[in-house]
Amino acid sequence: MRDVAIIGVGANPRWGELWGQSLRDIFVEAALAAIDDAGVDHLDGMYVGCMSSGIFTGQEHLASLMSDYLGQKHIPATRVESACASGGLAVKSAFLEVASGYRDIILAGGVEKMTDVSGGEATFALGTAADGEYEGYHGATFPGLYAMIAKAHMARYGTTHEMLAQVAVKNHANGMLNPMAQYRSEITVQQVLNSVMIAEPLHILDCSPITDGAAAVILCPLDMAKKISKKQPVKIAGVGHATDTIQLAQRPDPTWLESTALAAEAAFKMAGVSRKDIDLYEVHDCFTIAELAVIEALGLVDKGKSGEATLKGRTARTGDIPVNVSGGLKSKGHPVGATGAVQIVELTRQLRGEAGERQIAKARRALAQNMGGSGGSAVVHILEVA
Amino acid sequence: MPSANYTREIPQRYRLEASRCVKCGQVHYPPRLICPGCRSRQFETVALPSGGKVVTYTIISVGPSDFAAEVPYALGIVELEGGVRLMAQIVDVPPEKVSIGMPVTLEFRKLYEEGKAGIICYGHKAVPA
Amino acid sequence: MMAGIVGWGAHMPRYRVKVEEIARVWGASAEAYKKGLDVQEKSVPAPDTDSVTLSVTAARRALKRAGIRGADIGACYVGSESHPYAVKPSGTIVAEALGATPECRCADFEFACKAGTEGMAVALGLVDAGMVRYALGIGADTSQGAPGDALEYTASAGAAAYIMGKEGVVAECEHTYSYMTDTADFWRREHQYYPQHAGRFTGEPAYFKHVTGCATGIMKKSGTKPADFAFCVFHQPNGKFPATVAKQLGFKPEQWKQGLLCPLLGNTYSGSSPMGLSAILDVAEPGDRILHVSYGSGSGSDGFIYRCTDRIREVQGLAPKTRDILEGERFYLSYGEYVKFRGKIIMNERGA
Repeated sequence: MRDVAIIGVGANPRWGELWGQSLRDIFVEAALAAIDDAGVDHLDGMYVGCMSSGIFTGQEHLASLMSDYLGQKHIPATRVESACASGGLAVKSAFLEVASGYRDIILAGGVEKMTDVSGGEATFALGTAADGEYEGYHGATFPGLYAMIAKAHMARYGTTHEMLAQVAVKNHANGMLNPMAQYRSEITVQQVLNSVMIAEPLHILDCSPITDGAAAVILCPLDMAKKISKKQPVKIAGVGHATDTIQLAQRPDPTWLESTALAAEAAFKMAGVSRKDIDLYEVHDCFTIAELAVIEALGLVDKGKSGEATLKGRTARTGDIPVNVSGGLKSKGHPVGATGAVQIVELTRQLRGEAGERQIAKARRALAQNMGGSGGSAVVHILEVA
Repeated sequence: MPSANYTREIPQRYRLEASRCVKCGQVHYPPRLICPGCRSRQFETVALPSGGKVVTYTIISVGPSDFAAEVPYALGIVELEGGVRLMAQIVDVPPEKVSIGMPVTLEFRKLYEEGKAGIICYGHKAVPA
Repeated sequence: MMAGIVGWGAHMPRYRVKVEEIARVWGASAEAYKKGLDVQEKSVPAPDTDSVTLSVTAARRALKRAGIRGADIGACYVGSESHPYAVKPSGTIVAEALGATPECRCADFEFACKAGTEGMAVALGLVDAGMVRYALGIGADTSQGAPGDALEYTASAGAAAYIMGKEGVVAECEHTYSYMTDTADFWRREHQYYPQHAGRFTGEPAYFKHVTGCATGIMKKSGTKPADFAFCVFHQPNGKFPATVAKQLGFKPEQWKQGLLCPLLGNTYSGSSPMGLSAILDVAEPGDRILHVSYGSGSGSDGFIYRCTDRIREVQGLAPKTRDILEGERFYLSYGEYVKFRGKIIMNERGA
């Protein structure tokens, strides 16, 4: 396998309710930004991660549509889907194509246009990431599934509402420093606890928002990157990918995200590094409880200790394990198919030293964790300064 | 056309039929074609017991369109006698009185309707035992 | 062995609305309704409850008492005036849920509040004829009364299921009888949401004529008199009518009170007298004779005389008893919650 580098990253200037932009507009804007950032004049191939453009906008066959509108007609293009892990899976797929030696310059991106439908329809579309016949049929929603994880975590480990809320408070504080964040506003624990209930114990401020957005990265062989790139190449040092039952009921412990644990283990092994070597993390905080469960599954804290670690500030931008310095899904927004791709965009900017006010000093190595459904899939990437 | 899909699931939805692996004895709900435990492909059909307890739950205040009129409703994971777990609404009890470990029994109920003119979708919900 | 009941079961929702709450909204006198109808409150089906779901739970309880499997049932009849589908049987859903398919006879019955007892009579007949080993007859309704109408104070929800057979009989059916005319006392035309009724005409020329005719007819046919019965149960459109008819026929309160559920339950239409019978079977002793007379507008009454066997004691405790459910945990609804539960609020269609 060849070493693979990231030579270009791009996203929309700001995520949110992009009323004036269509699904293709959003994707092409982000992809062009990545192409410009990489300074390449062509692509050898492309992967588009998208969860549910069919339900959100009535459009499928995105790979061809997007390659055409990107001005790259005829290139081999592939759409990948793994619910909210679609973006991460697109990056992994592009990585394999470059690493294998099959093609050189590959774009991996993700997109979701979520605001063309009503809230009820969006809830339904997102719900298709659960088991439709045995969860959705009974009225399950995504906040509901994560709320069940939260309830079990609280009962088992004594995790509190305040600990959950602190995840949102921290990520909003981080998002204040990110120009692309959908919600750039500081919030307090009390505001989270006073916000409207969605699925007990999760309030609306425990939930990531409905967002339009796209992000893209350009990969090429590391050797080529060193020749053609004017920027600091970032190496994809480790890749891990795992699945689990999509039915929460079929997991022995609903508080434990085994797919994330397995993907992380594989990525660490491939990179030949350990947790102490990682300077910052971007993780899938679709709900506040998700970040807590993820940092336990990644092995950053002991089982059941994530709430306490968060309250102590260990995961803050200034803590010893900075998590979601970008603002996370919570503040930055969560266009589901794009989230996994923008995590790589953010970490590449951090490792290049381009993260502005939120820059983590001397960041050399970073980890991204992207998750589908209630943990039915997970993709982990470890990036490092090449 | 939901009716073919609906009719296909009737044994599981109406009678809680599950598959028991003849080799290792594990019971799967819904039924599977290969046992994830021992890889056997031979199963016998068994009906799940109706009694169990709540493993975890939530109270949904914002529901999908089909369930919008029923909020707030409690939804949980129920572990049935014998260990099989499934998701079910917990009804006939004020949602705030639901608790982890609460004994429940499954009862036949209407889950939702496919609009005013479509089919009526039945299944089971958990009620206090 | 004579054919009869081998298992019974009843079910009703836990939700209730009080007469006071309905009267408050319509500016009516709660006391007048409570006194005039002898009804305090009525059961209300939640949005997840319909005649089919009530039937399934009642029938599962009947299976437990009968000690047989669903597959042993050779006929399944649901009598109701609130079948969830206008076209598509309720009985097929119930039979599937019980595991009675595919070797099972099935069609739905409709005869206002008499549909359930007609189903029971046909079930008995099939068993008696040797066509099937066990047959299921169910009376179930989630009945509707127009808002503000007198019917709204009583129209309620419940079901009772009876498995008929010749083996393991707990109450032999000694006699049946039916008394029927064409009488326009209560009706609902196709596509109309609420039934219409003919006011006081529903009393003397309708309910009393047919119930009395049926009760005297079956007693004459069988050579019995009121004193021969441990219990009697009549259709209960309110609490007053069955008590009045019982007194007129010469029955004493200790014979009819056990089966009179209406004051706390309301009128469960097709489920009404079958549910009352279930409350009697819950406490009856071997040898007890029971008179059961239904009434359905339109109009007709089915009569049955049952005699309990020794086995009844063994099965009474195998499933929840009707009065325990009736007087168990109840959740009281406001009128607003009640009309939401009953789908009486005009909503936007989806996509709006």
